[in-house]
Amino acid sequence: MSLDTDDYLDGNAAAGELSNIFAMDVTAAQGQCAHCGAIKRFAEAQLYMQGPGIVARCSVCQHVILRLVKARQRAFLDLRGLRCLILDTSQLQESGR
Amino acid sequence: MWRVGTVVALHDETVTARTITLKVPDWPGHVAGQHVDVRLTAADGYSAVRSYSIASAPNSERRVELTVERLPNGEVSPYLTQEIAVNDRLELRGPIGGWFVWRTQQTEPIQLVAGGSGIVPLMAIIRSRASGSTAPFRLLYSVRKPEAVLYREELQALSDQDHSLGLTYAYTRVAPKDWPRPAGRIDAALIANTTWPSKLVPTCYVCGPTSFVESASRLLTASGNDPDKIRTERFGPTGERQ
Repeated sequence: MSLDTDDYLDGNAAAGELSNIFAMDVTAAQGQCAHCGAIKRFAEAQLYMQGPGIVARCSVCQHVILRLVKARQRAFLDLRGLRCLILDTSQLQESGR
Repeated sequence: MWRVGTVVALHDETVTARTITLKVPDWPGHVAGQHVDVRLTAADGYSAVRSYSIASAPNSERRVELTVERLPNGEVSPYLTQEIAVNDRLELRGPIGGWFVWRTQQTEPIQLVAGGSGIVPLMAIIRSRASGSTAPFRLLYSVRKPEAVLYREELQALSDQDHSLGLTYAYTRVAPKDWPRPAGRIDAALIANTTWPSKLVPTCYVCGPTSFVESASRLLTASGNDPDKIRTERFGPTGERQ
């Protein structure tokens, strides 16, 4: 599957919104795509923000790895496209958490 | 968490780009390469959020500089480049991002590749290096025309005083008279002639519009750089991150 538009950004652009949800920076986190198995930094994901929410796609196979929609004081975070998210916990030690 | 910054200075970099200096009392400090989200809220409650890269090096004065390029149909950038005044307040979220960053402990050769206003976070990296690092740096700066170059004098001064900061401009539409290379996009020959040889294993930082980042990182990979050593940040086709 390939998307022939280049109207995407990258995972860096979602980091502000995701900082409301995660205690740690996600751009440096590695995520494994549940579809193709590639392990990539979240910063490298292809990000689509034109719709009512945020959609992140695997930069290798373009399958959806993250969806975030906010509505009526709720955030809906769909991570079924990610098999695993690997976070660097040294950040937490730096900030004493 | 949104913080409030107060505009303490404004400086026009080009006819379309302006640097906004903010003082942010509860600023926790940043790392070169990070960005902030800026939120503008209208009287009727409508709000718009955009991401802007930080141009200033980390500093202890809780000072944050943003360089904003005005986009013809932008919703936020016209206000930031034309309307905003000293003493105005802006809502900020950040600093954001832990991947597209350069830390002063890094000693390996650094290759910076900027497309248009993609120079902004790379300038924070160059300014951060100027505070004492001797890591060898090269910048390849692709820009439409000479008048659109941001930070030209500062880049020239830094490069003159320290020859380990190599500077190459690539003009895409209009080149200065007698410029050795005709106007055109970055290509394989330019990458081969002006960037670090891949055998030196540089870390590369590429920032600009999406199509520029795609093509520059492809060329860097084709010239032998490991994709894992290439860090990218995309502004989107319009140059405005939403």
